[in-house]
Amino acid sequence: MPASDPDATAVFAGERREALEAARREERPLTETERAIAESEAYTPEEAAARTREAAEAPERPGVRHPMVINLGPQHPSTHGVLRLVTELDGEVIRDLHPVIGYLHTGIEKQCENKTYWQGITLVTRMDYLAPFFNIHAYTMAAERLLELEIPPRAAYLRVLMSELNRIASHLVWLGTSGLELGAITVFFYCYRERDAALDLFEMISGERMNHRYFQVGGCADDMPRGFESKCREFVRSMPSRIDEYEELLSHNPIWLERTKGIGILPPEELIGLGVTGPPLRAAGVDLDLRKAQPYSGYEHFDFQVPLGTVGDAYDRYAVRVREMRESVRIMEQALDGMPEGPHIVDDRKIVLPPRSELALSMEALIHHFKLVTEGFRVPEGEAYCAVESPRGELGCYLVADGGPKPYRCHVRDPSFVNLQALRPLARGALLADLITIIGSLDNVMGGVDR
Amino acid sequence: MPGGVAGEIERLGELTLEVPRDRLLDVARHLAGPPLAFAMLSDLTCADYPEAPERFRLAYQLYSIESGARVRLRVWAGPDPEVDSVSSVWPTANWHEREVYDMFGVRFRGHPDLTRILMPIDWEGHPLRRDYPLGGEEVEFSDAR
Repeated sequence: MPASDPDATAVFAGERREALEAARREERPLTETERAIAESEAYTPEEAAARTREAAEAPERPGVRHPMVINLGPQHPSTHGVLRLVTELDGEVIRDLHPVIGYLHTGIEKQCENKTYWQGITLVTRMDYLAPFFNIHAYTMAAERLLELEIPPRAAYLRVLMSELNRIASHLVWLGTSGLELGAITVFFYCYRERDAALDLFEMISGERMNHRYFQVGGCADDMPRGFESKCREFVRSMPSRIDEYEELLSHNPIWLERTKGIGILPPEELIGLGVTGPPLRAAGVDLDLRKAQPYSGYEHFDFQVPLGTVGDAYDRYAVRVREMRESVRIMEQALDGMPEGPHIVDDRKIVLPPRSELALSMEALIHHFKLVTEGFRVPEGEAYCAVESPRGELGCYLVADGGPKPYRCHVRDPSFVNLQALRPLARGALLADLITIIGSLDNVMGGVDR
Repeated sequence: MPGGVAGEIERLGELTLEVPRDRLLDVARHLAGPPLAFAMLSDLTCADYPEAPERFRLAYQLYSIESGARVRLRVWAGPDPEVDSVSSVWPTANWHEREVYDMFGVRFRGHPDLTRILMPIDWEGHPLRRDYPLGGEEVEFSDAR
C-alpha cells in the first residue's frame, strides 16, 4: 500500500490504537504480543523501511540495525490457513516472531455447552477439519467414560479402521501441501489422488466426505455398507506402492534434502516442556504414541511400530510421517482381517437411537427415538479427560457433566494449538525461507488451533 | 507432598488432586521434578461455576512420559480470579493460560505475556463465562405479523 494514501495509514494505525485501548482499560502496560501487533500495524511498509534506515544511520548507536517488522499472513498460502506471524527481520534472518491466532475462532466450545451431547459431535468434528474422526473419537470416548459405557468390539475395530484411514488422508494433505511449498508440485497431485480414494471410502461408510459424524456415543453410526470391505482392501493393497512413489520423488531429491535437512531443530527436553506431541516429538527420538502408551479402542491387539527420528529436523518429521502411513496401512489390514462379528453400537435405548426398522412397529422404540432426538440423553455428574493420538499429536477432550443432557464444559486440547507454540523457538535465528519449511513440518491445522 | 494437597479424588479411573491456590506452584514444581516426573502438561483449562463461592475451577492435566501416569490438578481461582502462572514449570502453559485469561478472565501472576489469544486484543468480556450471552442475531420475518 502506498504511504501517500491517508486512508491506508489510518487502517494500519487502527490496531495500534486497539492495543493501547485494551491496556488502558485494564490499567497495565502493553504486553509483549500487544506491542508486537501494535508495532506491525503502525506503519506502512515504506514507513517501516525508512525507520530501519534511520535507525541504522543513527549517530548514537552506529551499526545497530532496527529490525524490520513484517506481517506474514493471515492470508498467505504457506501458513496452512489463517495464521499471522508478526516477524522481526534482520535482512533475511528472523530475530523474533509472534504468532497471532484466532482468525478462525468460531466459539465451538461455547456452542457445545448449549447443545446436547449428540449434537456436539457435529460441532467438534469441524475443529481439526483434516482429522474429523479423531475429534469425534476423543469426544465420544470422554462421554462414554462418564456414562461408564463399554463399546462392542466391532465398533472398536471400525473406529480403528476409520482412524487409520483418516491418518493416511491427513498425512497425504500434509505431504502434498508441504511438497508444493518447497517446489515439488508433482507430489501434490499424487497425494491428492490417493486422498480422494480415502474420501470416497469416508463417503461410502458415513455419507460425507468431510465433517462426518460416524462415531457415536456407544459405537459407530452404521455398519460397513456392502462393497466397502473390498474397496477398502483395494486401497490397502495399492497404498504401499503409492507411498514408494512419493518417496521416489522426495526422499533422495537433492532440493528436498537441501531444504529440509537440519532445519528447525529443538532438543527433546525443550519440546516436552512446550507440550509438543505427535510426529514433531517422535522425530526428535521421544517414543510417545498414545496408541502404545495408553492403548484405547483395542489398539493393544494390533501389531505396529512407532517410527522415530534421530535428529528432529524437518526431514525427520517427513520421514516419520511417511513411515507412519505405512504402519497405518498395516493396522487397517489387521482391522479388516480381524473384524469381529456382532453389533456396531451398544444396545442401550436410553443412549442410542433405536434401529430405523423398529420405529414403524414398536411404540416404545418411537418414544425412545423421540426422547433422544428432542431432549438427548443425560450424562451423570463428573469430569473426564480422554486423549487419542491424532495425526498431529495428543488430541484430548475434557468434558465436565452436571447430570443434564448438555455438557457443562467441553474443552478440546488440540495438538495444533500446542505444537504451534514451538514455532517461535524453532524459527528464531532461521532464514525467512526456512520458516515456510518449519511451518509446513509442524503440520498445524488452523481450524484446530482456533476452534 | 508436604501439605500441598487438600484432597484426593479417584473416579472413573482418573486421579484428581485438589490443590489450594497459594500452594499451586510448590505442588507443580514437586510433580514436575523427579521422582514423579510429570514433565508434560497436556492441558490446562477452566470451568465457570457462577453460584460457587470460588467460582472458577481450573483443571491441569499432567502426563508422565516415564510412567505413563496421568493426574489432574484442580484449583479454585476465587471470585477475583488470580492464580500463580505455572509457565515457569511447564513452558507450554504460556498459551493455555492466555486462552483461559481470554475466555474466563482468570489472571495468572508472573505470566510473561498475558495477552488475549483467540479473541481480538481489544475485546471486552470473557466469552466462556456462563453469564456471557451466546449471542446470535435474531431473524426477522417481515410477513410474520
